[in-house]
Amino acid sequence: MGKMQIECKNAALGYENHVIMKGLNFIVNQGDYLCILGENGSGKSTLIKALLNLKPQISGEIRFSKEIGKNEIGYLPQQTIVQRDFPASVREIVQSGCMNRCGLRPFYNQEEKKLASDMMQKLEITHLEKRCYRELSGGQQQRVLLARALCAARKMLLLDEPVTGLDPKATNEMYELIAKLNREDGITVIMVSHDMHAAVKYASHILHIGGRQLFFGTKPDYLKSKVGQAFLAVSGGDTDE
Amino acid sequence: MSNILETLVMYFQYPFVQYAMIVGLLIALCSSLLGVTLVLKRFSFIGDGLSHVAFGAMAIAGVLGVSNNMLIVLPITVLSAVLLLRTGQNTKIKGDAAVAMISVGALAMGYLLMNLFSSSANISGDVCSTLFGSTSILTLTKPEVWLCIIMAVIVIAVFLIFYHKIFAITFDENFAKATGVKADAYNLLIAVITALIIVLAMNLVGSLLISALIIFPSLSAMRVFKSFRSVIICSAVISVICAGLGIIISILFSTPVGSTIVAADILVFFMFWLVSYCKK
Repeated sequence: MGKMQIECKNAALGYENHVIMKGLNFIVNQGDYLCILGENGSGKSTLIKALLNLKPQISGEIRFSKEIGKNEIGYLPQQTIVQRDFPASVREIVQSGCMNRCGLRPFYNQEEKKLASDMMQKLEITHLEKRCYRELSGGQQQRVLLARALCAARKMLLLDEPVTGLDPKATNEMYELIAKLNREDGITVIMVSHDMHAAVKYASHILHIGGRQLFFGTKPDYLKSKVGQAFLAVSGGDTDE
Repeated sequence: MSNILETLVMYFQYPFVQYAMIVGLLIALCSSLLGVTLVLKRFSFIGDGLSHVAFGAMAIAGVLGVSNNMLIVLPITVLSAVLLLRTGQNTKIKGDAAVAMISVGALAMGYLLMNLFSSSANISGDVCSTLFGSTSILTLTKPEVWLCIIMAVIVIAVFLIFYHKIFAITFDENFAKATGVKADAYNLLIAVITALIIVLAMNLVGSLLISALIIFPSLSAMRVFKSFRSVIICSAVISVICAGLGIIISILFSTPVGSTIVAADILVFFMFWLVSYCKK
């Protein structure tokens, strides 16, 4: 087991006086593949905001290890309407992931340009470099955004429903790609999803939320737990394992 | 042909024509730079809203009898810009409704004030020239031209320095925030320079037609070009050429400056649309 990267102790999340979720206790170690499961409205997006340091917790503690300092999580947000017809080349988008390295410097330096090239190579989108983002397929677009996230941070990725709107083939490729990054490069993955099958197939740990923490632990334990079995039954779950 | 050239040379010897040209081209350049960002952020109508606010503010300045109405118009417009762009996120009145509300509200209040308290004999003439900017571009004084040049330099400098940041927050504000870019501060910056440009542009095309300067060049460029940088460059070139042509034509055929420029922009938009249609 790798080093501890995020520790969440009895945290409560929400807006000023309105608690959305409480009693969060979990640990993310380096190299983990944590899948956060929950229905719509269970507080998944609030939890994402807390993990990204965009909204402080109401009480409790969320601690990040030094190497995952503030704002060093590679984030793959859900696509917005704005992006669908955005005129931008693939390189411009991937490169914008290096923004947090620039500080006040107005332009990218050689190192950052190389980083962007390397990440495009890793995700096999180098041939698309000059193409326009809006003309790519859904799967290709997600790869571009993933490359951008990797430019921002290379230790941890936070993926928000990464396969929404993809066809089955692209969905599969995307999951395999994420699994490969986790396996071969040791990148910690936190994936928010309601796709039970993917969670069961790829994740090493499961965090199941619904207004509060319903379950946290390793995947095998989850499959044996009541929550896990109930959720599997509801989502028509027959697992391949 | 030589006849037309002679007329032009003759006109361009007058300083007020030179001033109009300088100011016109600078404003066109600035508005097209920001236009791309505003259109992509779904704020196409902010130009319209803010210019109506500026119109209302001018009416207030007139009523109060302030000699230099910039002192009132500028702060009010900047303030509204900040408020409007902030509503983009999560307030009870959504972005488009807020823009529409402030826009028509300011227009109505401005006209009402002008009617109730105006000292001028020709109210409808005054209103018409503020709305359509008919003649004020040709009555610019030297200090006003310098003010415009300085503001334009500031806007262009800000845009160049923050180009990559503006791209990042336009494309994906959430991601930018998550990686520690101070997106709110940059949004504020965009709001403030948008307001500056609009107040400047009111002289050129009047408050009803400012949106055209902001949206047409960038929409035309987006038809054909595929990267953010090429869209920005192309939209700046289109905007400057159209403004130049518009001013020249309006001098030669004594048409209203603002609407002539907008007509040129519309023409270019259809040309680019045709090009993109044929490419498919």
